[in-house]
Amino acid sequence: MTAIRQPFLSASALDKTFVLHAQGGQQLAVMRGLELSLAPGECLVLAGRSGIGKSTLLKMVNGNYRVSGGRLTLHFDDGELALSDLPAQAWHVLRRDVIGYVSQFLRVVPRVSAREVVMEPLLSRGIDTDEARQRAETLLARLNLPRRLWDLAPGTFSGGEQQRVNIARGFIAEHPLLLLDEPTASLDAANREVVVQLIEEAKARGTAMLGIFHDEDVRERVADRLLPLEGHMLGAGEPAPLTEPSALTPASCSAPASCSAATPSARHSTPQEPLS
Amino acid sequence: MKCPQLTRPALLEARDITRLYGRDQGCQDIDFTLHQGEVLGIVGESGSGKSTLLRVLSGLEAPDRGRVVYHTGEAGSVGGNPGKDEALDLYAISEARRRALLRMEWGLVHQNPRDGLRLGVSAGANVGERLMALGQRHYGDLRAAGQDWMGRVELDPARIDDAPRTFSGGMQQRLQIARTLVTEPRLVFMDEPTGGLDVSVQARLLDMLRTLTRELGLSVVLVTHDLAVARLLAHRLMVMRRGRVVEAGLTDQILDDPQHDYTQLLVSSVLTP
Repeated sequence: MTAIRQPFLSASALDKTFVLHAQGGQQLAVMRGLELSLAPGECLVLAGRSGIGKSTLLKMVNGNYRVSGGRLTLHFDDGELALSDLPAQAWHVLRRDVIGYVSQFLRVVPRVSAREVVMEPLLSRGIDTDEARQRAETLLARLNLPRRLWDLAPGTFSGGEQQRVNIARGFIAEHPLLLLDEPTASLDAANREVVVQLIEEAKARGTAMLGIFHDEDVRERVADRLLPLEGHMLGAGEPAPLTEPSALTPASCSAPASCSAATPSARHSTPQEPLS
Repeated sequence: MKCPQLTRPALLEARDITRLYGRDQGCQDIDFTLHQGEVLGIVGESGSGKSTLLRVLSGLEAPDRGRVVYHTGEAGSVGGNPGKDEALDLYAISEARRRALLRMEWGLVHQNPRDGLRLGVSAGANVGERLMALGQRHYGDLRAAGQDWMGRVELDPARIDDAPRTFSGGMQQRLQIARTLVTEPRLVFMDEPTGGLDVSVQARLLDMLRTLTRELGLSVVLVTHDLAVARLLAHRLMVMRRGRVVEAGLTDQILDDPQHDYTQLLVSSVLTP
């Protein structure tokens, strides 16, 4: 990436802090001063050891986590849109039309067949059922999901089968921004190859992608750039001391020396992945 | 690409609503806007004021203070001016007009289907009744609509002449939903629609409600104490405690990144099998 291109997504001085009320209001700072810029047709891969909180960034871009400080911005042709403090109704539209998310685990809806799970992003845009079905089946076939599973709810599928349903659901709607949280983690070589192809096709369409890949081979093939997070993600130090709310403002948050032993996922007893 | 249209027209506004039966009993200072096509979940423990709020919003009980405003949309409203978008103050219009709204443009799904059905008359008549209120009289059409809707809620259309009292609880609930949605209302209020049902029946009902809200573009106010139900159905949540809203926002945000100490407690108290 030598040419300077207008980014589609950018982050500036981005912070994330969790406040744990059950632990006496303890503040868990997990990200400080993150900067990123992602252009259309580019795949930026988040680098850093496991548990550092890479998924946290994806969840902020997808709206699951709030932005504690700094800016997260989408750059449209007709202007910028700041993602912090958007009303809920704006997120519905963004997730339908702009931001796609392949989460690590499929949120299974009882009784909904694999085919329908994949069709849903298209149906929510009002695309005709026949066309949605055809596109879903094409993708499921490419990902080698056995045809006999298409009519079944994915609840009883293996991890790899569920992941392929999730990937098909994430890629079908061709969102201009795609967040990929370890899409190849439980796939065999043949299916990893299909995912690499899907990513390359998405790049060719101009999709901007932000991804996490633990598989080095896949990472090297799809990444245009790496974004090292060590300097910004504070997932593994000592617990930050209880501070006044004013200390949350970006200006006064110059990298606390210490951070927590607890990982963000220890906050709730029920970490859950979003369906949409 | 250009930024998509991010706002949708308002359908229902609650402006500083308070309805109290005693100290912290009822709901107070509730203020929000429901937009077209949005499913709003109201969650909280029993006694948090959810059902009181639903009664006020749906025209069943006047608030002590505050206003409920309904936007009729381009098509206008029953008893109003067709083709004119009006903002109706729910408790300033006449009782007759409020009832007409509830009968024709709104729907109310009770927790207990026996509150929403007429148990002594046939399933088909239950579904047809709201259509008759809209002026449909053709017997064949009413019966066809009854059979069509029984099929859509996965009831056997051959049982159209059976009385709901011969149905199981889950079947009664699906019949109540068919009866409510047959008139294709713009706005539906649901009070714990899956409460009291077996989990297998609940899953079926949830799947059905998800599909119907998407297909009909319904706006829904859904009261539930079940966060899993809220996650599946609601776009947006309001968390209530002691009559007040303690936190509101995008469903995923409330459940994945709760800010208020009560919401954190609520989310961390859920059992996941």
